[in-house]
Amino acid sequence: MKPPERCIFVVGALICAMTSPLLIARAAEIPLNERKSGSEFMGPDTRAMQDDDTANPGTFWVLDGEALWKRKVGAAGKSCADCHGEASESMKGVAARYPAFNAARGRPVNLDQQINICRAERQQATPLPLEAKELLALNAYVARQSRGMPIDVTIDERTQPFLEAGRATFYRRQGQLNFACAQCHDDNWKEKLAGSPITQAHPTGYPLYRLEWQNVGSLQRRLRNCISGMRVDNYPLGAPELVDLELFLMWRARGMPIETPAVRP
Amino acid sequence: MARALINVPPKAKKGEIITIKTLISHEMETGYRHDNVGKPIPRNIITQFVCTYNGLEVFRADLYPAIAANPFITFNTVATATGTFEFKWTGDNGFAQTETANITVE
Repeated sequence: MKPPERCIFVVGALICAMTSPLLIARAAEIPLNERKSGSEFMGPDTRAMQDDDTANPGTFWVLDGEALWKRKVGAAGKSCADCHGEASESMKGVAARYPAFNAARGRPVNLDQQINICRAERQQATPLPLEAKELLALNAYVARQSRGMPIDVTIDERTQPFLEAGRATFYRRQGQLNFACAQCHDDNWKEKLAGSPITQAHPTGYPLYRLEWQNVGSLQRRLRNCISGMRVDNYPLGAPELVDLELFLMWRARGMPIETPAVRP
Repeated sequence: MARALINVPPKAKKGEIITIKTLISHEMETGYRHDNVGKPIPRNIITQFVCTYNGLEVFRADLYPAIAANPFITFNTVATATGTFEFKWTGDNGFAQTETANITVE
C-alpha cells in the first residue's frame, strides 16, 4: 500500500511545484523606470546599424515612403502632401499617438489603417494590402518624423475599453502551450529563450527592419510571430484584437522614445 | 534602379585610414526556395562588388547565395589623394549599378 501512496504524493507535489508559480501568474508590471527598449538588448553591431542612417536598411523604406508621400494617386488625383504638406512638420509626433480613436469606426485604428482610410476617403484610391511594401514604406516615412519623441497614446473614456481588451489579451493564457504574453515579457524579460534575449516587448521602433525577416515588417507581423509561437489560433492581420493589443503595448511603453525605423535581430 | 547608400568621409588627411560603408537594396533571392505551388524561385543575387579609387581598384568582393538581402559592405582604405570613389555592383539578370562619392584629401 505504502509505495503507491508515496508515489502519488510525489507526483502531486511536483504538479504543485510546477503550476503554483504560474497560478500566481499576474506578476507585477515592470516599473516605469526599469523599462528597456528592445534596442538595449541588442549587440553593439546591431545597435550601430540602427543608429547610422546609411547602415540602417530601414532607410530604403523611409526614402520610398518619401517618394510615395508626394505621388498623386486615386480618382481624386491627390498626394498625401496635397493635404498634409511637409511631413517633417505635419507628421511630427503622429506615430507616437497611434493607435488612435476613429469616431467613424467607433474604435481605435493603427497607423496602417489610418493611411488606408486616407487613401480610400481622401484620395479615392484602393487601400493597400497590409504588409505591402508601399504601405510599410509610407508608415516608416510617417513614423520616422516622430523619431526621438515620447510615445503618447490617448487614453480617455472612448479608448479605455479597448485598452482593457488589449490588456486582457496580454495577460490571458491561450493556445496549446497555455501561455500569456506577460509570462515572458513581464516575468522573464531578464532571461533568454533559445539563446536570444526575451525583451520587454515595447513597440518603440515599428515598422522595423528585422534581420531575421531580411525585410521591414509591422508590429502586427511581429505579434503574429509570437502568437504562432504560443500555438494560438492566430488573429488575421488587421484584426481588432491585434489593434487593441497594439494600443495596450503602446500605453505600456508610454513616454519611451520612438526609434523608427529600428533594426532588430 | 536599386537604391544605394554610401558613406565616405568628405574630408581626410593624406595617409589616413578611412572607413567606407555601402548599403544597397537587393532581395538576394537564393535560388534554393520554392513558391507556394512548388516551382523553384530562380536565383537573383548580386555576384560582385568592386570599389575603385581614382581608377585604381581598392576593394573587391564576390557575393554568394548565403549573403542576406540588402548587402551591407564596409571596408577600410588609405586616403591618398583628392578624387572619386566609384562603387559597382553587378549580378544576375544583368543587374548593374554604379555610384560615386568624392573625397578631399589635405
